[in-house]
Amino acid sequence: MSARSDLLLTLADDELVLGWRDSEWTGVAPTLEEDVAFSSIAQNEIGHARALYELAAVELGTDADALAFDREPEDYRCAPLVELRLLDDWALTIARRYLYEEADRLRIGTLMSSEDRELAGLAAKIDREEVYHRLHAELWAARLRDEPRFAAAVERLWPYALGMLPGEQRAELARRVGRNGAAAIHERGSHTPELAELWNEMTEVRRSAPGAQW
Amino acid sequence: MVTAEQVWSALEEIPDPEIPVISLVDLGVIRDVSVDGDRVRVELTPTFLGCPALEAMRRALADAVTNLGGEPDVAVITDDSWSTDRITPAGREKLREAGFAPPAPRAAGATTLVQLQSRAFRCPYCGSTDTRLENIFGPTPCRSIRWCAGCRQPFEQFKTI
Repeated sequence: MSARSDLLLTLADDELVLGWRDSEWTGVAPTLEEDVAFSSIAQNEIGHARALYELAAVELGTDADALAFDREPEDYRCAPLVELRLLDDWALTIARRYLYEEADRLRIGTLMSSEDRELAGLAAKIDREEVYHRLHAELWAARLRDEPRFAAAVERLWPYALGMLPGEQRAELARRVGRNGAAAIHERGSHTPELAELWNEMTEVRRSAPGAQW
Repeated sequence: MVTAEQVWSALEEIPDPEIPVISLVDLGVIRDVSVDGDRVRVELTPTFLGCPALEAMRRALADAVTNLGGEPDVAVITDDSWSTDRITPAGREKLREAGFAPPAPRAAGATTLVQLQSRAFRCPYCGSTDTRLENIFGPTPCRSIRWCAGCRQPFEQFKTI
């Protein structure tokens, strides 16, 4: 597989899995407005995943659905940060949204100046939508800043957030969120047990009727 | 033989699947139409990448070309060529009449919270600018929710992207 396809799958898997995790709040968020917000954010993230998979699918001779749902859990390239099941802990959920958006902003910024025009164009389109996710994350991070529970949540997820980015971008992420490096980083390439559980749920209907046209 | 002008006129009649008061042409999502013999290529750019109306749009475009006797080739282009600035003035007015506040023009940088909390947003029902942001997100990816203190009701505000 080319480095380009590998990169596209990495980005797409992050967005797909996070989209699924964010969608778990639909109907059970602490306020009605957050039900709407998380559902909408999840829809955007899964839309980004679809566009990224479609780009990869051209080169890999397959389609977006097959890339999203027909691979084995260990073949996904997502970072452990997005795999964690954080449902019912709002502080951790907001901490993840905040850290993810900061890391994602860094890598999208790099892709927007890529010489690969197709990739740069898609990154720029994704970036326009992500602006609203960042505003949402910034609002919540500012609101919860002085809450000890939120500070503890950011502390716990920080080693996961670092694992989202390649080594050379980590110092910049640390600078942007006002933190230092971490001793034991949860690196991409290893998976949490939560991914297999999510994969079971996420692919259940598709596996129940292989090859079906919906 | 079909001409590009005929195709454009036919596309002007296709309503947006989610907000049928506005056509796909007014929405600015038709990037290009080119005719080569019977083959008609239509380039479509999604508004938001997660928009579920995309498939319906693609089918409606293909049907319109087929009805003119052409052979459709509808390409979805996921680059950065669409922004809310591409909605036509007529399209903006149709949105407002239907109760959707049209998007603010794009500024030089990315949208900020300060802008969203400013008084630049006008209620589509009563025209008051005494409105406030309720939710950055709304019923579809393209809309936010605001509250109008003038007529005391919520309204949907198109996001600027």
